[in-house]
Amino acid sequence: MEKNLQFKPETLKLIKEVMSRYPEGKHKSALLPVLHLAQAEFDGWLSAPVMDLVAEVLSIQSIEVYEVASFYSMYNLKPVGKCLLEVCRTSSCWLRGAEDIVHHIEKTLGIKEGETTPDGMFTLKTVECLGSCGTAPMLQCGAQFHENLTFEKVDQLVSDLKKDGARKTYFDEVTVTHY
Amino acid sequence: MGRKLLLANDHVPGIQSYAVYREKGGYASVEKALKTMTPEAVVEEVKKSGLRGRGGAGFPTGMKWSFLAKPEGVPRYLVCNADESEPGTFKDRYLMSRIPHYLIEGMITSSYALGANTSYIYVRGEYYYVIAILEKAIKEAYAAGWLGKNILGTGYDLDLYVQPGGGAYICGEETALLESLEGKRGNPRIKPPFPAIKGLYGCPTVVNNVETIAAVVPIVNEGGDEYAKIGIGRSTGTKLISASGHINKPGVYEIDLGVPVEEFIYSDQYCGGILNNKKLKAVVAGGSSVPILPANLILKTANGEDRLMTYESLSDGGFATGSMLGSGGFIVMDETTSIVKNLWNFARFYHHESCGQCSPCREGTGWMEKVLHKIVHGHGEMKDIDLLWDLQRRIEGNTICPLGDAAAWPVASAIRHFRHEFEEFVREGHSVKDVKHYFETNNISS
Repeated sequence: MEKNLQFKPETLKLIKEVMSRYPEGKHKSALLPVLHLAQAEFDGWLSAPVMDLVAEVLSIQSIEVYEVASFYSMYNLKPVGKCLLEVCRTSSCWLRGAEDIVHHIEKTLGIKEGETTPDGMFTLKTVECLGSCGTAPMLQCGAQFHENLTFEKVDQLVSDLKKDGARKTYFDEVTVTHY
Repeated sequence: MGRKLLLANDHVPGIQSYAVYREKGGYASVEKALKTMTPEAVVEEVKKSGLRGRGGAGFPTGMKWSFLAKPEGVPRYLVCNADESEPGTFKDRYLMSRIPHYLIEGMITSSYALGANTSYIYVRGEYYYVIAILEKAIKEAYAAGWLGKNILGTGYDLDLYVQPGGGAYICGEETALLESLEGKRGNPRIKPPFPAIKGLYGCPTVVNNVETIAAVVPIVNEGGDEYAKIGIGRSTGTKLISASGHINKPGVYEIDLGVPVEEFIYSDQYCGGILNNKKLKAVVAGGSSVPILPANLILKTANGEDRLMTYESLSDGGFATGSMLGSGGFIVMDETTSIVKNLWNFARFYHHESCGQCSPCREGTGWMEKVLHKIVHGHGEMKDIDLLWDLQRRIEGNTICPLGDAAAWPVASAIRHFRHEFEEFVREGHSVKDVKHYFETNNISS
């Protein structure tokens, strides 16, 4: 276990602010938002030491963190690539070609769904409905929704993300282009 | 064209900002309620409006509010359900990202009516960029004096916070949402006690959908009676419909309840007809959980009357020949769609999203997915169709929360109306044509 694992001071400040949103003694409510912050800070996934750190900061038991982290689909319990491509696979997206999009990404990146590219840049994941059915097919990468996908759009996105090279988190600034 | 209430100003440039929203008459309902009405009078207007829960269940909102317990010295909470996860539904995301102040205004007016001094908007975590938009709008509302202590000098205090989810469909169920908001796994609670008696932190709580809370704004502004004039019978007001699938114009439409389904699908004002001039095959009218209906039954009821976009008309005929308005997630399927494959897609969804608390749902959803996988991959037998029927029947009504029912209804309705397709799949297996290769067959990409 890494002994000196710590949140950055600015993240700790944010965590304290989040904890103040709930009544006295109900700070466990901060668990979900804090897990998002932890995941963004520690390479996009929640290792056991990171979850223990969250437990410590919130003064709750580690098991209370593990059971929550393992319940929700947005928390990664294994390392993921810098860009987690989450392709919606549910009905409306499926009707508008989500399977084709997944196959195209698989071919382009040379990985199967659930795998990460050897350079650690991309992980491909299929997810359930992201509420973007009217702009199907779509994928989410970090906070950004990429909608009305075509093969060309996917190719452009992959190339842009490679050029950028940065890890994408749910806290990224988003250019809202929808509708 | 019907009138627009919630989306009257959705295309005004800068409407996301407080200044423009206010300029367009925003926050009038807060002024009116806090300065000229008692909380009870606001509840009374909502009752008169006939507003029904827009999240899917359609329960009368005024009645839900009147059930709220008011013991002395115990805080009460209003929690907005913005966990929008029902496949086919994206109206709340549109409203929140486009006009964030509309929801905030509705939250203040509604919190005042319920006597809540702390309120939360629980937004699904995947909508993090929407959360950022809401947070910014809430800051503006605090700065302008609509939130915080002694709002408008009336002595009413309100704090409003946004809470992110972690990715779980089940948290759209109100007691699972409350568990999640308390920092736990989203396992639904046994009811009773209902949240109105024992909700967030064991205190009386009302949980309402985004669109429901937004609808309180025009109800307070215009009066409940005026709102009730829109629509037909017990389906009053306007409704946001999320239209998706094989249509020319997918998107969010605000309709007067009562628009004929046929007009909604084919009119250029709404969906604009079926994509690529194909024929309509089936519609899932209210989000993935409601029964699927074939073209003939979605356009006309079994009695031959025009099917209308209302709670009553869509459910006319019960589950034998009808469906539900649900969340208004309107998924349209053209003639190339394989109903069996779509059902497998739904079954996989419900299996993935079952919280695992009740065995009929935990085991049953997985079992149904496996049987459908088997059929879709060409290994099905005729008896598997009956097995599916039996499985859904044993899940429905036997679980703590409605996810079990939601998983069962699509299966039951698909078999009821499209049994021949299941049989064809069993007979012919892999060779059944479907929409799998969408991009190739539609020449959409290179």
